Amino acid sequence: MTTLSAPLNVEFDYTRSLGPVLGRFMTGLRDRRIEGIRGDDGRVHVPPVEYDPVTARKLTDWVEVASAGTVQTWAWVPEPDEGQPLTHPFAWALIKLDGADTAMLHAVDVPGPEHMSTGMRVRVRWAAEPVGSIHDIACFEPGEAVETEPTQGEPVTMVTTPVRLGYTHSASSEEARYLNGLLEGRLLGQRCPVCQKVYIPPRGACPTDGVPTVDEVELPDRGTVTTFCIVNVPFLGQRITPPYVAAYVLLDGADIAFQHLILGCDASEVRMGMRVKAAWRPREEWQRSLANIDHFEPSGEPDAPFETYSQHL
Amino acid sequence: MAGQLAAVIGTGQTDHTAKRLDVSMAGLCREAIDRALADANVDWPDIDAVVLGKAPDMFEGVMMPELFLADALGAVGKPLLRVHTAGSVGGSTGNVAASLVQSGVHRRVLAVAFEKQSESNAMWALSIPTPFTMPVHAGAGGYFAPHVRSYIRRSNAPEHIGAMVAAKDRRNGALNPHAHLKQPDITVESVRASKMLWDPIRYDETCPSSDGACAIVIADEKSAGANPAWITATALRTEPTTFAGRDQVNPRAGRDAAAALWRQAGIDDPLNQVDAAEIYVPFSWFEPMWLENLGFTAIGEGWKLTEAGETEIGGLLPVNPSGGVLSSNPIGASGLIRFAEAAMQVMGRAGAHQVSDARVALGHAYGGGSQYFAMWIVSANKPS
Ligand SMILES: [Zn+2]
Repeated sequence: MTTLSAPLNVEFDYTRSLGPVLGRFMTGLRDRRIEGIRGDDGRVHVPPVEYDPVTARKLTDWVEVASAGTVQTWAWVPEPDEGQPLTHPFAWALIKLDGADTAMLHAVDVPGPEHMSTGMRVRVRWAAEPVGSIHDIACFEPGEAVETEPTQGEPVTMVTTPVRLGYTHSASSEEARYLNGLLEGRLLGQRCPVCQKVYIPPRGACPTDGVPTVDEVELPDRGTVTTFCIVNVPFLGQRITPPYVAAYVLLDGADIAFQHLILGCDASEVRMGMRVKAAWRPREEWQRSLANIDHFEPSGEPDAPFETYSQHL
Repeated sequence: MAGQLAAVIGTGQTDHTAKRLDVSMAGLCREAIDRALADANVDWPDIDAVVLGKAPDMFEGVMMPELFLADALGAVGKPLLRVHTAGSVGGSTGNVAASLVQSGVHRRVLAVAFEKQSESNAMWALSIPTPFTMPVHAGAGGYFAPHVRSYIRRSNAPEHIGAMVAAKDRRNGALNPHAHLKQPDITVESVRASKMLWDPIRYDETCPSSDGACAIVIADEKSAGANPAWITATALRTEPTTFAGRDQVNPRAGRDAAAALWRQAGIDDPLNQVDAAEIYVPFSWFEPMWLENLGFTAIGEGWKLTEAGETEIGGLLPVNPSGGVLSSNPIGASGLIRFAEAAMQVMGRAGAHQVSDARVALGHAYGGGSQYFAMWIVSANKPS
C-alpha cells in the first residue's frame, strides 16, 4: 500500500514583550547604538542578558560598545536558507565588538570564503529602516566603525517573531485503509482481537491491549448521539453560523464515538440518545476524509435507551 | 510515605493578569522565584537543582524554554529538568521536585512553572488542523462541554450547581491579591445570566486566559525549618485520551491517583481528614466531577456538597479558597499554583483566603483531555 501523506504547515506570529533589558537593547539598535550589560564578574555581555549567568542576579549596569569588532570564528554558508540575513552566500561569524567580552552571532557579507579569517575586523551594516529588532543589524562587513546618522523614536517594548514549521504528515496504514474506504463512501473500522472492541477510525494498536487490530469491520452510517454541546460562540475559522450542535456519535456496531455535527433539526431538539444518520456530500466531492459526511441528522427512529450508550460517556 | 521527608518551605506567585507586557518570560518567572526565595528565606547558593514546568511549547513558540531561561532560573551549573504534562504540568513539576528531595539526592529544590498566554493564542495552538482529520468546529470549550452534559445526566445534578461553583470561586478570588479576576459582587444569578457559550457551559463558568508564574522551594528534613508544609503523599497517573469504554466523566487515571494518594497519606476518610482542597477546575462543573473522582463523595453525590455550601471557605471542605483556575489561568503554572496554595494553607500564609485551622490540604491538577493527573497532600503535622 502506498503511504498517504500531506503537507502540514504550522505558522503563527508570536508577540514578545521584551522587558527592561532586551527592550533597551532593541531600542538602541533602532537608534543605531549597541549597548551591552556588565555582569557581576565585570564581563560585558553583548547582546545583554537579564540575569547574571554566574550569580543569577538581575543586571542593570549598561555599557555602550562599538559597532565594529573582531571575528572570533566563522563558518561559510554556500546555500543560504529562506529567512537568513542574506540571500547570497555569506559567513556566519562569532563577532566580539570592541568593548564587549562576549561574542555575538551574525552574518558577514564577503564575496567568498577566501575573504574570511579569524581575527579580521568587521563593522555593522545597519538596515536602511531600523524598527527595533535584531534585524536592524542587516549584517556585518569588513572594515572599521564609521559615524552613523542616529535615529530616534518611542522606546521599543515588543517584537513580533513569526514562526513557520513545515511538516509532511503521513497516515498510518490502518488510517489509510479507513481513508480509502471513505473515498468510496464506506465506513471501515477494525476490531481488537483481545477485547473485541471496534475502533473507528482504526488504530495501529488497541489502546487497552496494545496489540495490532487486524479484522476489518464495515459499519453502517447511522448511530446514536451519546452526548453533545451546543456551540453558541463565534470563533476564527468557523464554517457554520452558531448555534449548532457538536456531538459524539456512536455508530451502530462501534465501541467508540467520534465528534461530528448534528444538523437537520433545531439545536434545542438534539438530545442524548437521539438516533441519527449520515448526510453525505455529493459523490463527486468525496475525498479521503470524514468530511464526506457533511453532518448527521435525525433518523426518525425512537431514542436509544440510556443503558445502550452509558458505557460510552 | 516513600523515601526521605520533604517539605515546602516557601512559595511565590506573580499577580496574574491577562497581559504582562512589561516583562519578558524570564522576568515573569523571576518575579515568582524571587518571592519564593524570600518566603523560604533562602538564596541562590542554597538551591541544589531546578525543575521547570511549562505547557505545550507551541503556546509561546519557544522550543525547550528551559534552555534560554537557564540564567533567569539560576540553573547554571546545577541540574535543570523540564517537565511537560499539558495543563497538569504545574502539579507534575511539584511532584518531580519533591521526588528529588525524597530520594535523598538534593537538599533544596526550586520548582518553577509559567505561562505567558499573551504571546500567542492557546486556542490556535491546541487546534492545529492535522491532515486527514476532520475539524469539528467545536472551539475551546467544545471538548469538555459534552462531558459536563454527561455528568449532569448521570448525577441528576440541578442546573444551578455550575453557577454556584463559579460565583464561589470568583468571590474567593477577590480575597486573593494574586488572582487575575476579582469579582466580589458576582452572584449565582449573574453567572446564570451570562452568555451560554458551549451549552451547558456559560461564559462566567470558564477560566480566563492569564500570564503568570509560580515557584516553590522544597527542602529536606534538616533544611525544613519551623512550620513548613510537609509533603505526605504524591501521585501521578496517566491514561490515553480516547479508548473504547473510557469514562470521560470519572477517568480511571484520576481515581487511581487519588486512591494511591490517600493510601500514602494514611487518609481513610478524605472528606473529614482534609481541611482545604485546591482542585483544578477550569470549567465550573469540574468541581463536583472531581470531588467524586477524588473520592471525597460517592459517585453522583459531589454536587450535593457544592449545593450545601460545604465547599465554601468555612464549609466542611473549602475548595479553591484562592479562587482557583476559574480566577487565574496561566496554564503551565496553574497546577503549581494549586500545589503552592495548598502549602500556603497549612503554613497559615494564605492571608485573607486562609481556611482557619487548616492542617491537611490537597493540591490537584489535570491536563490534556483529562488524561494526566497530578496531586499531593501537604500537612502541618510532621510525619512520624
Ligand atoms: Zn483491545
